Amino acid sequence: MEAGKEKPAYTKACGIIEMDDADFKRLGAWRNTNVRVTSEYGSVVVKAIQTTQGPHPGLAFIPMGPWANMVISPNTYSTGMPTFKGVPVKVEVAEDEPVLNSLELVRKACKGEI
Amino acid sequence: MAEYLIKNGFVFDPVLGINGDKTDVAIKDGKIVKSTEIKNPKVVDAAGKTVMAGGVDIHAHVAGPKVNLGRNYRPEDKLFTYAPKKGARRMAGGFSVPTVFRTGYKYAQMGYTTVMEAAMPPLYARHVHEEMRDTPILDQGAYPVFGNNWFVLEYLKNHEVENTAAYMSWLLRTTKGYAVKIVNPGGTEAWGWGLNCNSIHDPVPYFDITPAQIMKGLMEANEALKLPHSVHIHTNNLGNPGNYETTLDTFKLFEGEKPNNDFGRKQVMHHTHVQFHSYGGDSWRNVESKADKIMDYVNSHDNMTMDLGCVTLDETTTMTADGPFEHHLTELNHLKWANTDVELETAAGVVPYIYSPNVKVCGVQWAIGLELGLMAKDPMRVFITTDHPNAGPFFRYPRVMKWLMSKDAREAQMDALKWAERVRDSTFLSGIDRELTLYEIAAMTRAGPAQALGLKDRYGSLTPGLEADVAVYDYNPETAEDPELIEKAFGNAAYLFKGGEMVVKEGEVVSNGNKKTLWVDAKVAENPQVQRDVTEKFLRYYTVTQANYEVNEKVFMKNPYRIEIDATQ
Amino acid sequence: MAKIISDVVCPFCGTLCDDLEVKVSDDGKELLEVYNACVIGTEKFLHSQAEDRLTVPQMQDEEGNSKDVSVDDAVEYTAQMLCNAKKPLMYGWSSTNCEAQSVGHEIAELVGAVVDNTATVCHGTTLIALQDVGVPSCTLGEVKNRADRIVFWGCNPAHAHPRHMSRYSIFPRGFFTGKGHKARKMVVVDPRSTDTAKMADLHMQIEQGRDYELLSALRVAVRGNPLPETVAGIPRETIQEVAETLKSGRFVIIFFGMGVTQSLSKNHNIDMAISLTRDLNDYTKAAIMPMRGHYNVTGSGQVLGWQFGYPFCVDLSRGFARYNPGDSTSNDLLRRGEVDAIFVLGSDPGAHFPISSVKKIAKLPSVCVDPHITPTSAVCKLHMPVAFVGVEEGGCAYRMDNVPIETRKVIDAPEGVLSDEEFLKRVLTRVKEIKGVA
Repeated sequence: MEAGKEKPAYTKACGIIEMDDADFKRLGAWRNTNVRVTSEYGSVVVKAIQTTQGPHPGLAFIPMGPWANMVISPNTYSTGMPTFKGVPVKVEVAEDEPVLNSLELVRKACKGEI
Repeated sequence: MAEYLIKNGFVFDPVLGINGDKTDVAIKDGKIVKSTEIKNPKVVDAAGKTVMAGGVDIHAHVAGPKVNLGRNYRPEDKLFTYAPKKGARRMAGGFSVPTVFRTGYKYAQMGYTTVMEAAMPPLYARHVHEEMRDTPILDQGAYPVFGNNWFVLEYLKNHEVENTAAYMSWLLRTTKGYAVKIVNPGGTEAWGWGLNCNSIHDPVPYFDITPAQIMKGLMEANEALKLPHSVHIHTNNLGNPGNYETTLDTFKLFEGEKPNNDFGRKQVMHHTHVQFHSYGGDSWRNVESKADKIMDYVNSHDNMTMDLGCVTLDETTTMTADGPFEHHLTELNHLKWANTDVELETAAGVVPYIYSPNVKVCGVQWAIGLELGLMAKDPMRVFITTDHPNAGPFFRYPRVMKWLMSKDAREAQMDALKWAERVRDSTFLSGIDRELTLYEIAAMTRAGPAQALGLKDRYGSLTPGLEADVAVYDYNPETAEDPELIEKAFGNAAYLFKGGEMVVKEGEVVSNGNKKTLWVDAKVAENPQVQRDVTEKFLRYYTVTQANYEVNEKVFMKNPYRIEIDATQ
Repeated sequence: MAKIISDVVCPFCGTLCDDLEVKVSDDGKELLEVYNACVIGTEKFLHSQAEDRLTVPQMQDEEGNSKDVSVDDAVEYTAQMLCNAKKPLMYGWSSTNCEAQSVGHEIAELVGAVVDNTATVCHGTTLIALQDVGVPSCTLGEVKNRADRIVFWGCNPAHAHPRHMSRYSIFPRGFFTGKGHKARKMVVVDPRSTDTAKMADLHMQIEQGRDYELLSALRVAVRGNPLPETVAGIPRETIQEVAETLKSGRFVIIFFGMGVTQSLSKNHNIDMAISLTRDLNDYTKAAIMPMRGHYNVTGSGQVLGWQFGYPFCVDLSRGFARYNPGDSTSNDLLRRGEVDAIFVLGSDPGAHFPISSVKKIAKLPSVCVDPHITPTSAVCKLHMPVAFVGVEEGGCAYRMDNVPIETRKVIDAPEGVLSDEEFLKRVLTRVKEIKGVA
């Protein structure tokens, strides 16, 4: 992150979803596949990778960053803090869709292009 | 700089022996001068008004980590207090823990120009200095705490006074501190394990030393360095029924000791907020005033000074380096408790407190603070404070003055207490007829604290050559009868000059002044052992490096004013 | 030849390590190597040396095309934007020094802005909790010298604060902790088996979002009262074991992070964690500390505190300071469309705010002051590149335990690149001219 958020390394570090082996099975997908993650609040394409900090079946993890922020709950319940964690999501295979880099993602989202 | 002539005011100055005589005060180049030395002054008509030197506060918690914690964790303390930006003034708010701007403006409106921050944790010295730098108008200094410092505990265990003095010199210079503060000696270190020292002879866990040894040893080191101020003590067992005996034991440690300095300071020990240390009885049910015993001792020993710590019957925020006490307090009142233990040095706690006129104990505490002032024989050694914000906010000083100056005013307050009769039974206040004079008040708020701080050649009087810090109050001592006028006038100075600049004009703050920050640089002979010990402690136990510990004058201080002392002999 | 600068302070995370050594070229212009820092800290120092670094302010047009503008133009745009707005939001303040924060606050006071820092999406809920129940805490050196029971709750220092465990919490041998990690018990609470959890003596793999329940259960267990069979997915016996482990320690420290502050119960989780700490003080010594993220988010709360009395989301728009989380907080203001200009310094809301908030930023007059190109700079009208604080500029920063440390300048910024403070001072001067104040 400190090396620059416009760089591929940032996408590689944060444009991901860490999933449990059991969940890869349920999804019927190989590791390192692009997936579409959709919540009540939005949708984003990220790369699904095997979690290194598991097992935690049923629980998936997107690191803090613009990709996560496409789907998390903006409700603050009068605390100022959006609900960044514990958001129910649906994960679908999206092999043909690209993972956008952070700048593209935010620009396009703001223009309503995605 | 403009010249000023403050004409025809009733002047009160115990140093010059002026007791309400109509005298002119002249200001030139930031100093007080003889009237004959000015040529073309702006004239301030002070006819019918009271004129004194700028006030000097020897003990208040106005800057630093625990003060700011008090601000940040009590948003409710800001309610109904905020004043918008106006002219030179920044927006400012807060009641018991005001923002730095409000602190500066409120003191100025009371005619105060010098305020000492009473407890600076050395590791947090930068924070204390940043807040003082941003506090407008006031000249300030801060007292680093020494009473639970591991270097001090280790040196004094073997009574190594010379090493203690060398370390003291190093720490004052490194933290840009002004004086040696001692808070619950040994007890706060014990608090590192959740324990305490309840008497001056309780051993400190692991360090195998007693609070008495710590206080006595620090006093000896303080005098060896010939520092401007004496050791500044908050002894063990604060706030507990029956604690007056611990307090007297502490006083007696210094019997026969003589001051050693070139600043005109006459005491070897200052004990702060004595109200909190003057309780008899053995429980909150039978707590009673022992102000008589305490003041008997103080009146007959002229090598010590003290301040009152008057309870003002407000909702406030207590904060002290006496960590175990704050834990004790939160167990009593169940209000939110904050605490920070500081590596190798000290701790601090913060708890809100409501001094309610409906609670007997609060009434007793209120009475004791005033009794101490009224029983004082020498007002040059007994100073008005509220241990801001612990017993009440500093801007209640005018109210405390009113109570001290008027028996009617304090009887009116006594009658308003819910348990007035029980409070009368447990205290002496209603039996005291004395009413302090403005001359005595000037001693207790200006001349006395300036002398005790070793600053009598800068502050506390209108003697030519001193800093031109002058307050003019709209109070006519010849005609004023209603005691409420005292509170009103002394809370709203008509004019205030600070370093020769007019900062309050017709009751309005018109300038952020030219504040200075005072610190003490006492040179000692080179001491390789202490240097080695400092290096070792930073390598092994501190979490900042030695190079990053020192307060950088250029970044953290506004107008630093260094007081140099040669203690190499 | 090169020279080594020692005692350098790392401007990355709230751990604020101050023992770095940096090798720079003799002319002081080039930074060659960094020693003692973690990977992320090293990267931060070296990134300042990037060849493609932006040094000229960029202005975006309607279509999103950027063009170079002068620093004077950037100052003028910023000052005009702030003065013309009814209620601008001045957000960030966490990756800069206290001196810059101070100047920013003076501007905010003049233009009637809302000042909010990154705590709003980080430990803001912690700040709310400690306004409810207080906070018994300590400095990191107390942990090093005394603590023998270490709890990491919803935080992952192995990744987020890489040197925390070696410098302060688990491994160091302190004054009363001569045996280092051997005499310490480490408890981790996390729904994932994180790399921190893998090191723990006891890992409670809690069900996500059930922190409030588990903390309550621990309070019950500490008092020796009965518990149901499982709480938050953790068996009763484990909870009781953890409670006994904590009570039997001489000095307990609980560190907590985003896992508790950002989950659904938010400040109530922290209330409970603080109350647990308070309860433990009836049996032993216990303290609690938030793992603050940005290296100077703590400092922003401190400076706001002594100048205005509140630690974050301070609304100055009415001429006096107001504080009301949920009302004066950035994301609530943005969602409700209550601000009409955005000034960002020392943070990246483009990457850290929900996309609904970022969309609002993109529609408003906006300035991003940041040495990096970021998702925020990508959507702001003006991007003002500045020097790196802690690398090309010194100044004060506050560690996660509120200890202030003066950061060091180790190399010069590229020619013509201002520091945050210098830029803000120029904006302040211009704002004063526009407002007609002395």
